Amino acid sequence: MRNDFHLELRHLTKKFGETAAVDDISFDIPRGSFATLLGPSGCGKTTTLRMIAGFYDPDKGDIILGGRRINELPAHRRGTAMVFQDYALFPHMTVGENVAYGLMIRKVPKAERAARANEMLDMVALGGLGGRRPSQLSGGQRQRVALARALINQPSVLLLDEPLGALDLKLREQMQVELKAIQRQVGITFIYVTHDQGEALSMSDRIAVFNKGRIEQIASPTEVYEHPATAFVAGFVGVSNLLDGAAAAAITGIAQPFSIRPEKIVMVQPGSGVGADCLAADGTIDSVLYLGSSTRYNVALAKGGDLTVIDQNRESPAADGWRHQGNPVRLVWQRDHIQHIGSAAGGR
Amino acid sequence: MAAVSADAAPAPGVLGRFSTFLYLRPRVMLLLLLVPPLLWLGVIYLGSLFALLAQSLFHIDDFSGLVVYEPGLQTYAELFTPANIDIITRTVVMAAVVTLICGAIAFPLAYYMARYTSTHSKAIFYIAVMMPLWSNYLVRVYSWKLILAKEGVITWLFNLVGLGGVLDWILELPVIGGPSLSVSYIGTCITFVYIWLPYMVLPVEAALERVPRSFIEASADLGAHPGETFRRVILPLAIPGVAAGSIFTFSLTLGDYIIPQLVGSSRPFIGMAVYQLQGTAGNIPLAAAFTIVPMVVMGIYLTIAKRFGAFDAL
Repeated sequence: MRNDFHLELRHLTKKFGETAAVDDISFDIPRGSFATLLGPSGCGKTTTLRMIAGFYDPDKGDIILGGRRINELPAHRRGTAMVFQDYALFPHMTVGENVAYGLMIRKVPKAERAARANEMLDMVALGGLGGRRPSQLSGGQRQRVALARALINQPSVLLLDEPLGALDLKLREQMQVELKAIQRQVGITFIYVTHDQGEALSMSDRIAVFNKGRIEQIASPTEVYEHPATAFVAGFVGVSNLLDGAAAAAITGIAQPFSIRPEKIVMVQPGSGVGADCLAADGTIDSVLYLGSSTRYNVALAKGGDLTVIDQNRESPAADGWRHQGNPVRLVWQRDHIQHIGSAAGGR
Repeated sequence: MAAVSADAAPAPGVLGRFSTFLYLRPRVMLLLLLVPPLLWLGVIYLGSLFALLAQSLFHIDDFSGLVVYEPGLQTYAELFTPANIDIITRTVVMAAVVTLICGAIAFPLAYYMARYTSTHSKAIFYIAVMMPLWSNYLVRVYSWKLILAKEGVITWLFNLVGLGGVLDWILELPVIGGPSLSVSYIGTCITFVYIWLPYMVLPVEAALERVPRSFIEASADLGAHPGETFRRVILPLAIPGVAAGSIFTFSLTLGDYIIPQLVGSSRPFIGMAVYQLQGTAGNIPLAAAFTIVPMVVMGIYLTIAKRFGAFDAL
């Protein structure tokens, strides 16, 4: 079944000086999927991407693309294409020339070049801007030009290095939708590097969560979010709600840390009944953050630890007179919504 | 306003009130700041330039040797006598050759400095490039005179490795040769190149340094092998730096009057002609007209450079 995977990384290691930026990682990416390398800065995700692109030589391990080991191939012969964080558009060329650069290098006749560049610009909704200079475009437009330029050579893998990092929030959300649509349209494998867990969850088919040069978990977005494999993943993806062994024991009876997502918790009046398949903990509201669509409570538990609760504001929150800072509450959630973390049992 | 400041702070002094006045009227402040440099630029700098231009419109009375203060173009006509045309051609050709050689030497050096040095070794390169500028110009020119002389270290070196014949052959070349390097155009050119090289290295290095690594990576990523990346991306982006450097080397060579006087065949260059005309000959109008020549040549040079897109990537 090896051939099902488009890109395989085997024991990849890259050291800068004494420190390993990427430390013995292995994973496979299925053909045509949208894979995200997620992690904080300095976790090795960009280094991994650059090794795939051919800008860094791995110290150890293999990069296998479509069944072929490409470690020794120079960047210009790998058939991958990269969208750079700073877009790297050539300032001395027009937008059209930038997009057609890959075709020019491949000695495609001028007329065909222009036609295909225009096609690509249409696809990224920049039709008619081919004659401009990159400096005359907005950040979002430059980002699209970079995308069009990378896609024109019909690469089998598109590598994206935090391409939305420089855009503002609204534009970023819009581009997330468009990127996903373009990926579906061209049907090639996307490998996307980001430190933004929201981006990773919304676009990916698979997420590899990086930390300190290693992979903590590789899974689908739902899996990563609902069943974080490690404490790091639980904290990095989504709002951290981790109870340590002692605090967990008071609730579950087992001294093993667990995580629970804040929106899974229901906040009820103290002394309310608890269903058989549910767990409960009593505590006091420590802080209340009204966020518009939801309200975020921080509850200090009576038997140690604290939990964040995110409650959708289906009703006007003012109607609930008892949900104030300092008031005692009971937190209830379904037993199977908790995710045990650590070596004792249950870790995925 | 007084009431507000009274309880917030002690009453402002004269300077304080002046500061408030300027703060509230930014245009007045701008004017005050700009007047000195504008006076300098407008009156002293441009004024003297126009005085020069005016001088060139007068002419010398051939019999009395006195300046005739009537505007006309006689003096400019004098520029076109064969002897003066020779001076101009000689200077412009020398400036062009010096610029080309400087570019050829500076580009690889600047490229290495910009792309392959660490912070530490880059500092050493910078110092090495600029160190000559810290010593006296005349001393350096005289040093080259000694180095290039018949009894100098270059002749000695050529003879040492048994290439004395090659040097003799070079010196026997028509026009550019001469009795020894120090009294030939070759010697003048070598000295010019040495003296102006830093002015070419620094702007080219700055231009190359401004080319982000990601441009080179993007080009490679799109299928270009290193040679193509150099030709299509790095070189076009370095051209403004080369243009800036060439403006320095070209105009400095056009105007210099020391080097061709000390090292070379003692045939006059524009600078030397100006020096002699305004001094011993007392022909201020022709000296002024000669001074206009480098300006016109630079104007033409910049126009051509712009036409070829040298400043497009600025």
